[in-house]
Amino acid sequence: MKMIARLTAVLVCALATLSAIAQAKNPIVVGSVLDETGPLNIYGKPMVDATHLAIAEINKHGGLLGRQLKLVSYDAQSDNAKYTQYARRLALRDRAVVVMGGITSASREAMRPILDQTKTLYFYNEQYEGGVCDKDTFLTGIVPSQQLAPLVPWAIKKFGPKVYVLAADYNYGHISSAWVDHYVKKAGGQVVGTQFIPLSVSEFSSVITKLENAKPNVVVSLLVGGNHISFYRQFASAGLGKEMTIISPTFGLGNEQVVLSPQEDKDIYVAYPYFQSLDNPANKKFVALWHKTYGDNYPYITDSAVTVWNGWHLWAEAVRKAGTTNRAKVIKALESGLSFASPSGEVKLDGASHHVYQSVHIAVTDAHHGFKVISSQKDVPPSYEMSVCNLIKHPKMRKQFVPNGD
Amino acid sequence: MPYDQLINLLVSIALGVSILIIVSIGLAVIFGMMGIINLAHGEFLMLGAYFTLTGVRAGLNVWVAMPVAALAVGAFGLLIERLLIHRLYGRLADSMLATWGLSLILAQGVSLIFGPSTQGIPTPLGSVKIGNYSIAAYSFALIAAAVFSLLLVLWVFTRTRYGTMARAATQIPGMAAAVGVNTRIINMWTFGFGSALAGLGGALLAPLAGVTPSMGQAYIARAFMTVIVGGGGVLTGTTAAAGLLGGVQYVVSYVSNPFLGQGALLIIAIVILRILPTGLSGYWGRQL
Repeated sequence: MKMIARLTAVLVCALATLSAIAQAKNPIVVGSVLDETGPLNIYGKPMVDATHLAIAEINKHGGLLGRQLKLVSYDAQSDNAKYTQYARRLALRDRAVVVMGGITSASREAMRPILDQTKTLYFYNEQYEGGVCDKDTFLTGIVPSQQLAPLVPWAIKKFGPKVYVLAADYNYGHISSAWVDHYVKKAGGQVVGTQFIPLSVSEFSSVITKLENAKPNVVVSLLVGGNHISFYRQFASAGLGKEMTIISPTFGLGNEQVVLSPQEDKDIYVAYPYFQSLDNPANKKFVALWHKTYGDNYPYITDSAVTVWNGWHLWAEAVRKAGTTNRAKVIKALESGLSFASPSGEVKLDGASHHVYQSVHIAVTDAHHGFKVISSQKDVPPSYEMSVCNLIKHPKMRKQFVPNGD
Repeated sequence: MPYDQLINLLVSIALGVSILIIVSIGLAVIFGMMGIINLAHGEFLMLGAYFTLTGVRAGLNVWVAMPVAALAVGAFGLLIERLLIHRLYGRLADSMLATWGLSLILAQGVSLIFGPSTQGIPTPLGSVKIGNYSIAAYSFALIAAAVFSLLLVLWVFTRTRYGTMARAATQIPGMAAAVGVNTRIINMWTFGFGSALAGLGGALLAPLAGVTPSMGQAYIARAFMTVIVGGGGVLTGTTAAAGLLGGVQYVVSYVSNPFLGQGALLIIAIVILRILPTGLSGYWGRQL
């Protein structure tokens, strides 16, 4: 009897070891949800391409922990309901160890609670309005304290103090316009008007009239999506470009400068960590790889695409450092202050706030459907997030901080 | 109100109304004359925009590319009528389902051919300065195009042999058939004509908005609202409904914001349909 018990124990141990070995050879499942179709695909398409390229690149260099990555990706079709559905599917059915995705802030806030509940590591790789503080979430995009903080005072100094704000009518636009108010006041300017525009609106004649009445020096465009591209076209065809200047923290992320003709988007000023023309070795390699994979005629590699690339590589670094895909251990590795030589320059994670230090450049549209960099800053900290969010001290915190008009 | 502000306001209202007319007149012809609810109307608009885009890229002048695109969508409409719609006359629910399926096929098909990304052609003409305001000259072209489409519909249905037969076939189909009107052929041409008008609408929108496979969705709701509020009268109904809805939307957008402008349009439409279930022209009893 004793003999049988021992034999069973040995067998169980052997089976467990065997299955562990089998598992070690199984691919690591990772997930992505982005908009490949619908009005938001102007952002999604380059981000999807960047996702596939990043996974292929990691796999080409031997994968992680001796295992290949297997990407499960879903097209959310510009529909927030699809985001919740696919986030749940990735976490529960596909058992992805990490989920990256979401483009609009509305889609991020649709996914985040589900990934929190299902204890899944989540990366949001896109420019946004800042302030998210969540143990399971890492945010690699540029935030207002890196983007609006330099751009708004620069524009006020150069073009004049009167500012008009046009914002997409959902959480991104509302919170960001509060940030614009904050930075305009700080720079001694004045917000002479704010308009929130639903994403479905593509006619801007009433908005153009209001701009003509208010006569601002600077128009801050927080417009989002394919429908809103027509604002730039209608602004140009009404000839307003001679009287006021557009600055934008969103223009270009959807390759608006490729769709519009150079006459239509003349002199629009933006600020991002990445521009395709950046001159550094990592970017040269990256652009060459991109063009080799997707063809030399690829329109323009967007900042969002590089943010996605950074997200995957930061996560891969963390897995290598942790030696496991276990969520808690990977988070600990990420919080230890990882950095990555991105095409946009050095990107460094701030462990306490789960945001990144990165370079920021102010640039202007050029005559060849691209941008010309005007000024650059290195290692810009996500200062607002660092001032309010410390997830090492308060690991249970799950909220989004917003400026209360202070 | 200074004169320049007034002119700017009037032009903007006229533009809003004109856009509603050009996106809904094709739908109104098909619905008013045939009783078919074409749920693929938005995709017919989209096709018009893509044909224009293709024409311009192939080196055509934009003003030539637009009518060519309209004719191409008209021809496509004739084909669809022969293949699909003519089997479904008098079956309202079936025709709605079939045209909805068609709309999905068209949007996905275009997405496969042209790719899902937003494209566009620059707005032609420049801007006109009136006092302190500058207005895009293309706005005037759109207003003129809306007036042109209304006159075209009026001329076709009152001055041509086909138009007289089409109206007869709508009013008393049995009688029209008895005196020798071939209603099947008439319906085919009506569907083609409505499709061509939809194509023209899409062509005119191409330089104004982003051209994407899903662009039909941005206009289809407003087009249906205009046609339903207008009722069965193709000309009078569409013009009155576009004037009312477009005017209300612009004025409310102007005094508050575009969000409330859209809301006001919906509320007006609901109130009118509650009071006049057959639409504005149903109340007047007008057929054209």
